[in-house]
Amino acid sequence: MATEWYVVLSSLLFAVGAGGVLIRRSPLVILLCLELMLNAGNLALVAFSRMLGDADGQIFAVIVMVVAACEVVVGLGLIVAIYRRRLPLDIDELRGLRG
Amino acid sequence: MEQVAFFFGAIGALGGAIAVIALRNPFYSVLALVIHLFSLAGLFLLLHSEFVAAAQVVVYAGAVMVLYVFVVAYVGGAHEPVWEPIPGQRVLAPLLAAALFAELSIAVLGSSLKGLGDEGPTIPLGFGQPADIGELLLEKFLIAFEAASMLLLLSAVAAVVLAGKKQGPPAADAEV
Repeated sequence: MATEWYVVLSSLLFAVGAGGVLIRRSPLVILLCLELMLNAGNLALVAFSRMLGDADGQIFAVIVMVVAACEVVVGLGLIVAIYRRRLPLDIDELRGLRG
Repeated sequence: MEQVAFFFGAIGALGGAIAVIALRNPFYSVLALVIHLFSLAGLFLLLHSEFVAAAQVVVYAGAVMVLYVFVVAYVGGAHEPVWEPIPGQRVLAPLLAAALFAELSIAVLGSSLKGLGDEGPTIPLGFGQPADIGELLLEKFLIAFEAASMLLLLSAVAAVVLAGKKQGPPAADAEV
């Protein structure tokens, strides 16, 4: 398959993820949509790595995976902390950003 | 044959992604994301990056998704309200996403990158295998590797601080 197919698929997945962030209001699902966007970026990186015949892009993809894992850990920690304080799990209610 | 595999992977990835944002129950969203990640791992295999595909399955579909499932089970399904604080959000958001897709596609396909239209050069034996990736990580990208390990350590500490038990009196939380 030509590289452009992979790149177009990757931009489609990125757009789906961005649309999910705009539509959904539960912080858990928004984190999932962030994962979608990071994975779309990974797909583009790996596709370009194949296109150039150079494995550097795959290293980028591995590092992106590490960053995504860190983001998940901190995000889920925040969600658990919000839940413990009996605050509503809804980003429209949480827009005050104080305590 | 490769086309068939690509389209199966693409349909799985796209269907999983749409299911993540369409399903009401966060638990089912997590399961849809697992399908999406497995399909993406298949696409990575088609692109001859075996190590990234294996890491995708083990780290993402294995470890990270288990973490998600535990947190969803702990927090419970959030009841998303039906009212919209921003009028027209449900109409506007898909339009903006479609515009983003069109923009990204035009930007990439119009970039006149060489090699965008073919499969890429013949790759040497062992391209994308663990030995190749490991050598690159420990020689060419050593600083990125160390920075990533530092980031992992920091986020582990952050998770413990954020989600750890509060020892103080409950009165401190009362004014929220």
